[in-house]
Amino acid sequence: MKRAIFAALVSHWRRNPLQLFTLITGLALGTALWAGVQAINTEARASYATAAGTMDTARFGQITPKSGQILDMDDYIALRRAGWLVSPVIEGDFTGITLMGIDPLTAPQGTVLQIGAGVPDFAAFILGEGQIFARADVLAKLPQGLKGVARADMAPDVAITDIGAAQRILGRIGQIDRLIVAAAQPITRRPLAEVAAHLTQAQPQQATDVARLTDSFHLNLTAFGFLSFAVGLFIVHGAIGLAFAQRRVMVRSLRAMGAPLRAIMGLMLAELMVLAALAGAIGVGLGYIVAAALLPDVAVSLRGLYGAELGSSLAFRYQWWLPSLGIAMGGAALAGAGAFKALSAMPLLASAQPQAFALARTNGMIFAALTLLVIAGGLAIWGHGLVAGFAMLGALLIGGALALPSALSSVLRLFGAGARGPLAQWFWADTRQQLPSLSLALMALMLAMAANVGVSTMVSSFRLTFVGFLDQRLASELYVSAMDEAQGARIADVAGQYATALLPIVSADSVVAGQLAKIYGVIDHATYRDNWRFLDGAPKAWETVERREGALINEQLFRRAGLSLGDTLRITPDLTLPIVGIYGDYGNPIGQVIVAKAVFDAAFPDAVALRFGLRAAPEGIPALRAALQDRAGLEASAIIDQAAIKALSLQVFERTFTVTRALNVLTLAVAGFAMLMSLLTLADMRLPMLAPVWALGMARKRLAALDLVRAIVLAALTGVMGLPLGLALAWALLAVVNVEAFGWRLPMYLFWLDYLRLGGLALLAGTLAAAWPAWRLSGMAPARLLGVFRHER
Amino acid sequence: MNVRAMVLWLLMMPLGAQAQGFAGLGNIANDGFATPLPNTILQFPRDHGAHPDYRIEWWYVTANLQGQDRAQYGLQWTLFRSALAPYEASGWQSPQLWMGHAAITTPSAQYVAERLARGGIGQAGVTPAPFVAWIDDWVMAGPDLNTLRLTAAGTDFSYDMALTAQGPLVLHGQAGYSVKSASGQASHYYSQPFYDITGTLRLPSGDVAVAGKAWLDREWSSQPLAPDQTGWDWFSLSFDSGAKLMGFVLRGGSDYTSATWIEPDGAATPLPNGAFKAQSLETHPLAGRELPIKWRVQLPSKGVDVTVSALNNNAWMATSMPYWEGPVTVQGSHNGVGYLEMTGYDN
Repeated sequence: MKRAIFAALVSHWRRNPLQLFTLITGLALGTALWAGVQAINTEARASYATAAGTMDTARFGQITPKSGQILDMDDYIALRRAGWLVSPVIEGDFTGITLMGIDPLTAPQGTVLQIGAGVPDFAAFILGEGQIFARADVLAKLPQGLKGVARADMAPDVAITDIGAAQRILGRIGQIDRLIVAAAQPITRRPLAEVAAHLTQAQPQQATDVARLTDSFHLNLTAFGFLSFAVGLFIVHGAIGLAFAQRRVMVRSLRAMGAPLRAIMGLMLAELMVLAALAGAIGVGLGYIVAAALLPDVAVSLRGLYGAELGSSLAFRYQWWLPSLGIAMGGAALAGAGAFKALSAMPLLASAQPQAFALARTNGMIFAALTLLVIAGGLAIWGHGLVAGFAMLGALLIGGALALPSALSSVLRLFGAGARGPLAQWFWADTRQQLPSLSLALMALMLAMAANVGVSTMVSSFRLTFVGFLDQRLASELYVSAMDEAQGARIADVAGQYATALLPIVSADSVVAGQLAKIYGVIDHATYRDNWRFLDGAPKAWETVERREGALINEQLFRRAGLSLGDTLRITPDLTLPIVGIYGDYGNPIGQVIVAKAVFDAAFPDAVALRFGLRAAPEGIPALRAALQDRAGLEASAIIDQAAIKALSLQVFERTFTVTRALNVLTLAVAGFAMLMSLLTLADMRLPMLAPVWALGMARKRLAALDLVRAIVLAALTGVMGLPLGLALAWALLAVVNVEAFGWRLPMYLFWLDYLRLGGLALLAGTLAAAWPAWRLSGMAPARLLGVFRHER
Repeated sequence: MNVRAMVLWLLMMPLGAQAQGFAGLGNIANDGFATPLPNTILQFPRDHGAHPDYRIEWWYVTANLQGQDRAQYGLQWTLFRSALAPYEASGWQSPQLWMGHAAITTPSAQYVAERLARGGIGQAGVTPAPFVAWIDDWVMAGPDLNTLRLTAAGTDFSYDMALTAQGPLVLHGQAGYSVKSASGQASHYYSQPFYDITGTLRLPSGDVAVAGKAWLDREWSSQPLAPDQTGWDWFSLSFDSGAKLMGFVLRGGSDYTSATWIEPDGAATPLPNGAFKAQSLETHPLAGRELPIKWRVQLPSKGVDVTVSALNNNAWMATSMPYWEGPVTVQGSHNGVGYLEMTGYDN
């Protein structure tokens, strides 16, 4: 019995291969983008975790020598014997790899090579020539003769070995670069100044948790992945609904022959799950390809934005493919739920007419759309946090999509009312008639259009703001880095002769208003007064700063710490100043405070300026550059001109948005595919409506042309309606998501040409999707059209 | 006998060396490590110091204390040495590794700290005369072993104690050659069980002045446990009469026991396998295990039949390789206090 039912069910797909293809492809494409994004996110999180374990020692306090002093083995032992739980680290460049020497016995809890946590052969690690732990691709770069141990759980381009071996390999016997200070210390520990006055301790950087910082970036990706999946789900919903509707006759016949409904439903569910698993597997495979293609761009973005290292190879981790497969099957079940319900409720003796045109549940949809739009509005006004921001985006997009069919229907009714002549009236009426079955595809198209408008607005607004920001911020003609204080002094000498001004760039870390921040000391110079623009500032803010009576903060600190102009800021325990200005600071994840150089020097006497901005007339730059190299001994690589920094900064952002744009184009492609599939499946079902028009004397070519025009009209209307939705999306991204994710708010600019281009693309997608069905119609054998009158199914 | 913490060290040692250790149950030194020999005559103060040519060694102090607040306390200070190779070298190339454990047990709390150190760089070590044993800021030091200052600190406790020996050193087994198993594994093992101890415990609740009795164990060897031995229960008991008893049960395919009866004047009687009996009376769930925290201990030849109860059932040493170690009270044929160590109760 079951076999017979199964054979009958499967025969449907044999007769309708296009439907099977639609179902599997739609689900596979949706899953692919979702899986791809998840693969990237999983890979990134794994990288952060290993980086945190292997080399992110910044989360621990650090002891380093004060300027001009050294840290040696005697200091290490003296501190240990004074009760300090510190662990020595030496670090150096070794054939392009960062070689870290550590002591596994004293390395703090949570670092990968802590004793017991992962050194399988301790004797081999510390005795003899030692062992070097790194990823396999890093080990391959090491010279022959060194004993490498491949480990996947290591940060990229980092190799770890015992400190003894590292001192030998780096040729620095007995030397230590820094001491990591364990978080919990014995209660009897003696003060650092008493044990080693020439050393200084920096506090752990709790605020720069890479995983937390980059969360927003990944949430961004996830949101787009989910959007793509939702579009895929629209397709699947359509395909399943159609397949079920068309099989109503078969189900009725089977039941009339005595097949129990339960068995039929069970088999159909099993069939759906098998198909979903197949589609999911294809989607996971495609997702892997998408992720592998995007990963290099993501890696560059993350490094540039957050300093987070991400490997270039992608692992096939169950953490992403398993949920992706699950979501494919869950999505198929969700998409099929309605169809199953309808099938189970079908009376045995019902007419069993195919009900492909019964997809419109208009009233419910309008209600859902309005509810979602109201929720979106509410979240925009009262929402707080990144998750609320994305929830708002979701509600806005889905609400907008659900409102589309009703909106289109109203517009078409208007057109129909204004139509003159039977042909025009038929055209509009027929267009409205088709609307319900096309609505899913059109929703997908609108979502893609809105996402494109939103993201391109954000990207372009960002670029415009950022370029302007770079122009005002990077005012110095040359930027140089000195190796030490002595070279710094030589640079100052050269600058006195060849440059019009020498602007030291010096900073120190501090915790301000509960946020980790870099404090900068700035000298009194017109460069700052002339170029810097404040988002909000007191009159003569720079003058106040120079009188040592005020401080400037960046927008990130302003927003995160909830500060405002005029607030008193505690910069160090002994230094408080009122805030006199807030400046935009795009592309920097952490807070900043600017004070007068004199104030800075008093607060941080150990900080030494080793970076400088140099002002010079354009014609004097070559001479200045030459003098810096010849007389100050600077390497060419230590001199960077303004243009190079600007190019570098812009490049980072270009790569960031390459990723988003790629996802958008893919979304648009998926939407186009949805439309194509809807039109193809509609084509056969519409024959009974087209045949009478043909029989009344309209040529097939004309009918086909009208079909094409109809698709273009629908795509155009959808595109137009997608525009406001896209602008709302852009506003949400700029004013809500950006502020939460990056700490800055961007002004929104409008780019009508871009929107026109995007509208054109949407039209193109609609036209391409309609072209094939129209072409098939234009060449359709008259016998098929006649057949409609012979047997109407 | 004192095989305490040997398992800790085995875990830290390379697998290869471990396998060889198990294979060489007899008297042949492995990897060039020295083997304890029966006719060795211990020489002091030299043998108070480290023996880098032996694989494992420890300086192990436990103390039963009473506070000015009349409360009972336990204290532990341990320095372990483990050699990856039978020599010492200066700098990071030293194959000698050191580990310190310190603890204070109160009736309601257990404070634990652990330190690890490399040899050869001055972070840890032992010199015999003047006697100094140290790891980081933890120190046991004095002009000789009779007068010592003992300090250690963790993130939530510290102590600073003075120890004065009131009796002679006690050599276990045959003049300090202590056989540990039926198959002949052995160690060099002596104790100083006669310390008076006074000092201050610093606890989160405040400082407590304490006084009591302390016991130092010294042991070195190169031979680990037999493969079928899963753990041990070790007792050091000080009776009100002034006599003392050290005894242990090595649990395995067939249990192996050993003990030393120590008269108040220090005269020691080694007791053979089977003379010492310990029977679990009550267990306590801890760290996912069931640990016997009440024992019936018998030594019929000396008329000993006592119940040994933990002062604090939760005296868990949550260190790299966790174990139970804490003060006990003794009641029955003899009354007194002592220390109990239990290892190998896996979850």
